[in-house]
Amino acid sequence: MTSPLLTSPLLELDDVVVEYPAKGRGRKPFRVLHGVSLSVAPGETVGLVGESGSGKTTLGRAVLGLAPVTGGEIRYEGRPVSRLAKRERRALSKDIQVVFQDPFTSLNPAMTVMDILTEPLLVTGVARAEAERRVQKLLDHVYLPQDAAHRLPREFSGGQRQRIAIARALCREPKLIVCDEPVSALDLTTQARVLDLFIEIQEATGVAYLFVTHDLSVVRHISHRVAVLYRGDIVETGDAAQVTERPENPYTKRLLLAAPVPDPERQAQRRAERLKATAS
Amino acid sequence: MTDVAQAPAAPGRDRLLRRTLRDPLAVVCLAVLALVIAASLAAPLLTDYAPDHSVLADTLAPMSGAHPLGGDGVGRDVMSRLLYGGRTSLVGGTLAVLVAFAVGGPLGLISGFYRGWFDALAGWAVNVIMAVPAIIVMLVVMAAVSQDLNIAMIVLGVIMAPMVFRLIRASVLAVREELYVDAARVSGLGDARIMRRHVLPVVIAPSVIQATQVFAVAIGIQAGLAFLGLGKASQASWGAMLGDAFTNVYTAPVLLVWPGAAMGLTILASSMLGNAVRDALGTTQPRVTKRPRPVVRTAAGSAVAPAEDRLLTVEGLRVAYGEKTVVDGVSITVERGEVLGLVGESGSGKSQTAFSVLGLLPYEAEVKADQLAFEGKALLSLSLDQLNALRGRGIGYIPQEPMSNLDPCFRIGFQLVEPMRKHLGLSRADARTKALELLARVGIPDPERVFRSYPHQISGGMAQRVLIAGAVSCDPRLLIADEPTTALDVTVQAEVLDLMRSLQQERHMGMILVTHDFGVVADICDRVAVMQKGRIVESAPAGQIFAAPGHDYTRMLLDSTLEGGPARGELLRPGTPLKEVTS
Repeated sequence: MTSPLLTSPLLELDDVVVEYPAKGRGRKPFRVLHGVSLSVAPGETVGLVGESGSGKTTLGRAVLGLAPVTGGEIRYEGRPVSRLAKRERRALSKDIQVVFQDPFTSLNPAMTVMDILTEPLLVTGVARAEAERRVQKLLDHVYLPQDAAHRLPREFSGGQRQRIAIARALCREPKLIVCDEPVSALDLTTQARVLDLFIEIQEATGVAYLFVTHDLSVVRHISHRVAVLYRGDIVETGDAAQVTERPENPYTKRLLLAAPVPDPERQAQRRAERLKATAS
Repeated sequence: MTDVAQAPAAPGRDRLLRRTLRDPLAVVCLAVLALVIAASLAAPLLTDYAPDHSVLADTLAPMSGAHPLGGDGVGRDVMSRLLYGGRTSLVGGTLAVLVAFAVGGPLGLISGFYRGWFDALAGWAVNVIMAVPAIIVMLVVMAAVSQDLNIAMIVLGVIMAPMVFRLIRASVLAVREELYVDAARVSGLGDARIMRRHVLPVVIAPSVIQATQVFAVAIGIQAGLAFLGLGKASQASWGAMLGDAFTNVYTAPVLLVWPGAAMGLTILASSMLGNAVRDALGTTQPRVTKRPRPVVRTAAGSAVAPAEDRLLTVEGLRVAYGEKTVVDGVSITVERGEVLGLVGESGSGKSQTAFSVLGLLPYEAEVKADQLAFEGKALLSLSLDQLNALRGRGIGYIPQEPMSNLDPCFRIGFQLVEPMRKHLGLSRADARTKALELLARVGIPDPERVFRSYPHQISGGMAQRVLIAGAVSCDPRLLIADEPTTALDVTVQAEVLDLMRSLQQERHMGMILVTHDFGVVADICDRVAVMQKGRIVESAPAGQIFAAPGHDYTRMLLDSTLEGGPARGELLRPGTPLKEVTS
């Protein structure tokens, strides 16, 4: 897939294959992604939708260098990055960051918020005083109170923890953030606020998101473009509006019809449509 | 470091130390150990005799000013031997601990962190060491290499290293799967730094506990060796004292007391210190022996003549945990054949409300209600047996996490058949037939195969179908479903909702559906009760809730649903220059 934009893509996945070795000698490795191609432009949000087992999380992890890419190539700013040595991969962490799904296990429970947020800065040689000054600013950006810095993660709600995780992703001023279901564990009202924060940050900084989710309405809200992943293959890509309203692929259609709408009459209609579609 | 960096809650080790010191038992243990160490170190100051200086005239001398604890079988001062013997024990125990951790620690860290061939190799080596009989190896080493007890303790340290290795490897394995370690890696931290900052702090606490145990065991084994007569004669030790006392056990039994007490106290203090650290960590399971009924208080004679179709009446339900009230005066009713949606955000008390109907709240919960009646029977006044009879037969339950609600040890068939045999009194064969029918009814394509399967062999969606089959197997009149589709994929969710709807209509069951998802509500519920902070803020027919929500909170919840909102649209300004967020 090529980007509709004329600018050169920030991230390019070219026929990427991810396989995990199977247990036992001589058995075929388990192939999670069968040749996925995708691109993300600077400042763009690409939504990646799929159900459990579709490989969407694995794709995000492959971009982060946390999953073994056994075929194809991932290019960042035109440079192949899928088989980097550890040291080079670490250098890339300046540009590519992550926000995980579970705000409860993605923050070290024994470290204060200040320690969590300064860590990525200190490791690159920023002086502590400077790092702490930047962290205070970051807390403002994600709308956390200033005294948050000296508390432990367990003192915060799920939504606030996710804001801490977003602040951690932002602190190196990355150009791309991989968001792995970052709002799935949150309450409805919190979910909407955190999504708006993502959009606000993007508009302020021009960061690009690879936004992994199972929720079509979330992906519609935040994405410029959407790719639908099914059993390790991308089955459909397009503008967010087109994919979430007028999908072409049968699987995407099924996905759309299965999502219940918060309106009894429309939902009854959608249910009838879905039953008709499965019957035929 | 600026003063901003002074964290009020010092993380990690300091906190553990402080928590441990709050335990009086730990303080006593530390005091005993400190006393033993101080006495051993100060031995030359406390006694004038050398531990191996033998004076024939003092053989089995009684306690006196010159010999506070008397003399032993060959005329050595018992007090002096006790003090110097403490040195041998402490040095021996410490040596064993140091060697065990020096060998097992790094190996465990590397094995757990990197896995791969190193892990395989280390695991193999460790198994070999564990297969070797410890005492025999030490005896051989002492016979062949050196009479020094310290050498034996070093060997013992190597033999105990596998225990340390396994413990540390297991702790590291658990941490490296944590998302925060992945996050640290993505932040650009190197392996060494990840180990130091994220892995080591987690490993330290169990290591401290393990160290106290190794120390205690080593002192015991060393004494055993010395008791057998091994070790240099010049090396005073508690074990050798015991050996000497044993030969004179009929003439001077009191000689057994001093080394025995010293060893007992030291070993006891060391292992109990380990326990205290573990308690401070809070790693022990909370002690729940059995689950008594929650404390219930109900207004007198709350059973009422049931309205014809009224299944469930809840009035003024309150659930509290100590000071904290989580359900605060909730009133709901469910009619036969009606689906009530209980909607709210996390912490609104919706699940607590559902669980109090089932009588499944944890025992700390204090449940009060003006009325809590199922088909006219007051639920809170039922005995546990009566309640058990009602659960399953009268009220069925569909949980949120299908996998954790099936017992992994039993086949699915067994888990379906047992309740039917108990509640319906069916024979094994009849129950089996009915279970297979149910599995077919809930849309499982190959009931026979699923019947024979274990829970891990089926998917989450299948597991939820099995649980639904189980919930309706004894023909309940009321179904309580707690977020039954939250853990499922959206396509599976749609199928499961279809199934629940058709079963509910076919059997004319009442249903309480706890959910946070207004789409699910719109799909299946007749009536909706919206909960916020333990209270019901609005209760109305489903159509009305969506068309004309009456309460601000309901309106706010509905407004936060993203469905039907505009799509974000195309990226308009490609390549917007990056502004600095943090400057």
